[in-house]
Amino acid sequence: MNGIHDMGGMQCMGPIIREENEPQFHEEWEGRVFGMFFTNFAEGHFNVDMFRHAIERMGPAEYLETSYYEHWLHVYETVLVERGILTQAEIDAKIESLRQAGES
Amino acid sequence: MAHDHAHNAPPSETAMRVKALETLLTEKGLLDPAAIDTLVETYETKIGPRNGAKVVARAWTDPDYKQRLLEDGSAAIAELGFSGVQGEDMIVVENTDDVHNMVTCTLCSCYPWPTLGLPPIWFKSAPYRARSVIDPRGVLEEFGVALSDDIEVRVWDSSAELRYLVLPQRPAGTEGLSEDELAALVTRDSMIGTALVEAPAS
Repeated sequence: MNGIHDMGGMQCMGPIIREENEPQFHEEWEGRVFGMFFTNFAEGHFNVDMFRHAIERMGPAEYLETSYYEHWLHVYETVLVERGILTQAEIDAKIESLRQAGES
Repeated sequence: MAHDHAHNAPPSETAMRVKALETLLTEKGLLDPAAIDTLVETYETKIGPRNGAKVVARAWTDPDYKQRLLEDGSAAIAELGFSGVQGEDMIVVENTDDVHNMVTCTLCSCYPWPTLGLPPIWFKSAPYRARSVIDPRGVLEEFGVALSDDIEVRVWDSSAELRYLVLPQRPAGTEGLSEDELAALVTRDSMIGTALVEAPAS
């Protein structure tokens, strides 16, 4: 599928920035997304083709603006909703309740 | 997309989103948070480029193993126990006096997890993915690898199904070293092909 993800040969992407002694996960949530996805993947809830398809449907601006594990999160959420495992309303309601719990 | 993320929101927004998914899936009995803890810890502490370094050191010291490794990377790596998700199908490419190999993934960040761990940020970055295939020598120079013009550079573009590991050249002057000592010289980047293995400082 054509798309922004097909980056080979693109120009003017800027310098390659390297980080010394990089941690495996820069934020705790990155590890959680990785772990959740990996577990569901290993259990056969979805496969690598579904992962690729979901990532390749991301809009170009969104794809470029977000980090690697944000891509994973996007894919994970997309697949969970499309597979009928969770509904978007359920996710939004849970976020709202977590937010309220955090504020109180 | 049916949903709309707030992408420029502070990290706590993303963290909240992740927490919501984890909570919901746990409530439905589809996820065990303790299993996630274990998995994260495993990738933070146990699975990483030291595994790949053992494969390289074995190939340097055991010609029969090296031959098996180059003929069937997946099977030879499995002999040392480094198989699993994102390393099911492996091809090992050998650096020689005439050929230098370098690995990229232009489409995503496909990477051999069981032998190298999770990919570094630069490997996943747009600049590396874009430039590695159009200007590999320039990228290598930036990484401090200066190759003479008569060395052929081969760039291998990974896919979701197939991953590559570079077998770097064994540095001169390491004849007396043990397999473990050799493994200690092998860096992550040398197995991606963006570095050479240096001889130990004498």
